[in-house]
Amino acid sequence: MPPFGFLHMRAWASLFGQLLRSPRAVCIREVHFHSQGTRDLSPQQMVVREKILDMVVGCFKRHGAKRLDTPAFELKEMLTEKYGEDSGLIYDLKDQGGELLSLRYDLTVPFARYLAMNKVKKMKRYHVGKVWRRESPTIVQGRYREFCQCDFDIAGQFDPMIPDAECLKIMCEILSGLQLGDFIIKVNDRRILDGMFAVCGVPESKFHAICSSIDKLDKISWKDVRHEMVAKKGLAPEVADRIGDYVQCHGGISLIEQMFQDPRLSQNKQALDGLGDLKLLFEYLTLFGIAEKISFDLSLARGLDYYTGVIYEAVLLQTPAQTQESFNVGSVAAGGRYDKLVGMFDPKGHKVPCVGLSIGVERIFSIVEQRMKTFGQKIRTTETQVFVATPQKNFLHERLKLIAELWDAGIKAELLYKNNPKLLTQLHYCEDMGIPLVVIIGEQEMKEGIIKLRSVASREEVAIKRENLVAEIQKRLSES
Amino acid sequence: MAERATLEELVRLQGERVRGLKQQKASAEQIEEEVAKLLKLKAQLGPDEGKQKFVLKTPKGTRDYSPRQMAIREKVFDVIISCFKRHGAEVIDTPVFELKETLTGKYGEDSKLIYDLKDQGGELLSLRYDLTVPFARYLAMNKLTNIKRYHIAKVYRRDNPAMTRGRYREFYQCDFDIAGQFDPMIPDAECLKIMCEILSSLQIGDFLVKVNDRRILDGMFAICGVPDSKFRTICSSVDKLDKVSWEEVKNEMVGEKGLTPEVADHIGDYVQQHGGVSLVEQLLQDPKLSQNKQALEGLEDLKLLFEYLTLFGIADKISFDLSLARGLDYYTGVIYEAVLLQTPVRPGEEPLGVGSVAAGGRYDGLVGMFDPKGRKVPCVGLSIGVERIFSIVEQRLEAELLYKKNPKLLNQLQYCEEAGIPLVAIIGEQELKDGVIKLRSVASREEVDVRREDLVEEIKRRTSPALCIC
Repeated sequence: MPPFGFLHMRAWASLFGQLLRSPRAVCIREVHFHSQGTRDLSPQQMVVREKILDMVVGCFKRHGAKRLDTPAFELKEMLTEKYGEDSGLIYDLKDQGGELLSLRYDLTVPFARYLAMNKVKKMKRYHVGKVWRRESPTIVQGRYREFCQCDFDIAGQFDPMIPDAECLKIMCEILSGLQLGDFIIKVNDRRILDGMFAVCGVPESKFHAICSSIDKLDKISWKDVRHEMVAKKGLAPEVADRIGDYVQCHGGISLIEQMFQDPRLSQNKQALDGLGDLKLLFEYLTLFGIAEKISFDLSLARGLDYYTGVIYEAVLLQTPAQTQESFNVGSVAAGGRYDKLVGMFDPKGHKVPCVGLSIGVERIFSIVEQRMKTFGQKIRTTETQVFVATPQKNFLHERLKLIAELWDAGIKAELLYKNNPKLLTQLHYCEDMGIPLVVIIGEQEMKEGIIKLRSVASREEVAIKRENLVAEIQKRLSES
Repeated sequence: MAERATLEELVRLQGERVRGLKQQKASAEQIEEEVAKLLKLKAQLGPDEGKQKFVLKTPKGTRDYSPRQMAIREKVFDVIISCFKRHGAEVIDTPVFELKETLTGKYGEDSKLIYDLKDQGGELLSLRYDLTVPFARYLAMNKLTNIKRYHIAKVYRRDNPAMTRGRYREFYQCDFDIAGQFDPMIPDAECLKIMCEILSSLQIGDFLVKVNDRRILDGMFAICGVPDSKFRTICSSVDKLDKVSWEEVKNEMVGEKGLTPEVADHIGDYVQQHGGVSLVEQLLQDPKLSQNKQALEGLEDLKLLFEYLTLFGIADKISFDLSLARGLDYYTGVIYEAVLLQTPVRPGEEPLGVGSVAAGGRYDGLVGMFDPKGRKVPCVGLSIGVERIFSIVEQRLEAELLYKKNPKLLNQLQYCEEAGIPLVAIIGEQELKDGVIKLRSVASREEVDVRREDLVEEIKRRTSPALCIC
């Protein structure tokens, strides 16, 4: 059976079988076409997507990353115990008698698996691909069960904080380049969080649970978070209040200095390590010229289990106009350092430290799409440059010959699949599709050995000698 | 402990049994029965199947693409996409999984090759098997009556992987299709033009596009006396003519499929023919074939097609081949398949694969299967076999690399020995720092450091005919 191909044996018979059944029986299940939380992408949406991905990938390439791709599913055992409480959101494949498989949940765990499998010690890679999560889909927020991630990661033992700083630089470049408006990148460190919990008196067994409560501070108030920690997660009120003193802080390098002096926190070695690294990071970010976009935010407690050091999250700052639209932007990029993940795959437990980032392109697509709708921007879905037309009947052969000349010269060209189309229909098609040029051939032109070249926008026409047509078109196209 | 070991052994044996049945292409019911037994045994082992032997690998039939492979992949896609865009196609994307019911009943006995998702309390889902059924679903769902679109994405089949031949369980398809009611053969001709443009641009060697028509095949079988019930199975025999001889095909049709020798001979008169538009003319005059309405329709359409292909300047790459009978099931009209013609082999190179690298045809009945009112949307399209093209390009690049000198020092030294080169000048970081070059005698393997500025002198000295100390 060929790897590409269409329906195979007996498909026709079974299709016929369906036809012979009463129409109702065939159609009754066709009403519901789409699986929940997924969508097709129309040509318009694909154009927007391509522009954004080109920009993102361009930035990754500029920073010297090479591209990697991994399969859509992994052995189930690769993904177990990597995502903590989110493990329930993984799509499993049915046990059909072979290996147990699951759809990948992110691009980071496959990356770690790749590094361990190929015994790679150093790599700078990017990966653009879909991932799948059985979340409760809230389509307004651009949250689907199948969505695209753009990851950039640096694996390897290097001197501290340089690759980490580069990741933040990349995030800033991309978000600025996409012109989504002002943004801020919150930065924190897993060790500072853990140290903070320790000095506040959080029992170790509750670290995780408290982390996920703190993480909600960007959406709900401190009062509500405190309530959850005390009432639902069994934290003592004094401990909760101590946490509150810290997690409501955010600032620049001065906050780091302040924390270094904090009587409680400075007693904790973990926290000190974290603070030291953040201080170094801020030095590099200043040299990179992006320090004013970075905010050390003690409430940043991002979900995933595998971070070991610095963590960061970029959010768009909403303008007053935007808050009027029911548009919750949330985070558009995030990442951090994860030094132990590869070691979990390596048979001998060899560690490969990693740091990386993920661009939340789906959110960005929604924002850009929404923006284009609001401004009534028309998106061309094809790149056709020239349309081959005729006002007369029986000119199909001439059109076919002519268009082949254009294609062979690399010119993007179309014609209508009609033997005798009306000129008006053809011109309307050009206007609808945004095609800039038309070449018109008819009896008159044939006699004179010329082609009419017409600009769709201005409706100006010139006569061009047949043999000069390709050159003239190429000239016009390079000028526009 | 012993019971557990016995149980594990039973699971292993049952797994092998299932695999064996699948290889033998046993009946679906039998396989299902044995799979159920396997699952039961596994369940007995319990959730903790002892120490999970940690095997670091990608799932069977799948692979990672390293940066080098990605670079090849991107170059190939660039060529293909720029051709699709040159012809004014839009692009769409669909989800990796569809509702199971969308895919059910569309692929005949290959349905068992579909990957299902586990029932985790929601809808029943399956991974897409191709890009054509999702396309038809997209058209029906959005009530589109015409579109020219391309779609490049991975599809999934639980097949027997043959990775050396570019056959995987997860692989790319590059599809281009034109949907809509138009004047005859113009879009069909454009599809063939696109195939030729792509295969030429990829520079993977000479190719030929075989063309046939479902109606001609069916008409031919009818007038040769093939019983209706045997059409499909005779089709699959005829299809083997590109790999085996007519004698063998005839033996299969008569010996295994119960065709009478006379009928087989009649078929043989036709299917061994291939040619250009003159063959179309010839068959239009054929006393028997011209009596069959279906065949006539097919022949007339092919005649028109050849006119357009001539205007497109590609008629010399097209061969009307009556033995082309593959993938016939949902095609309703013209069908085509591009094959690479074997290129002469460069020294040190393995012969690059022959075989199909692209295929397609017209399928007018598919969209109507999805439309609630059965509204038809005629379609014609093509699919580029990129995985095979990747392997060919990879093979070719590897051959080129070996041809050039391998940068590894050992290989360089070996090269010198074989070529009889007496001296090697070695420069590296250390040497740069020290301002010296290492000069090594290939024969004695002795090395000395020579000052950069003295190098030429030293080499001249060593190689002067009078001394010949190397």
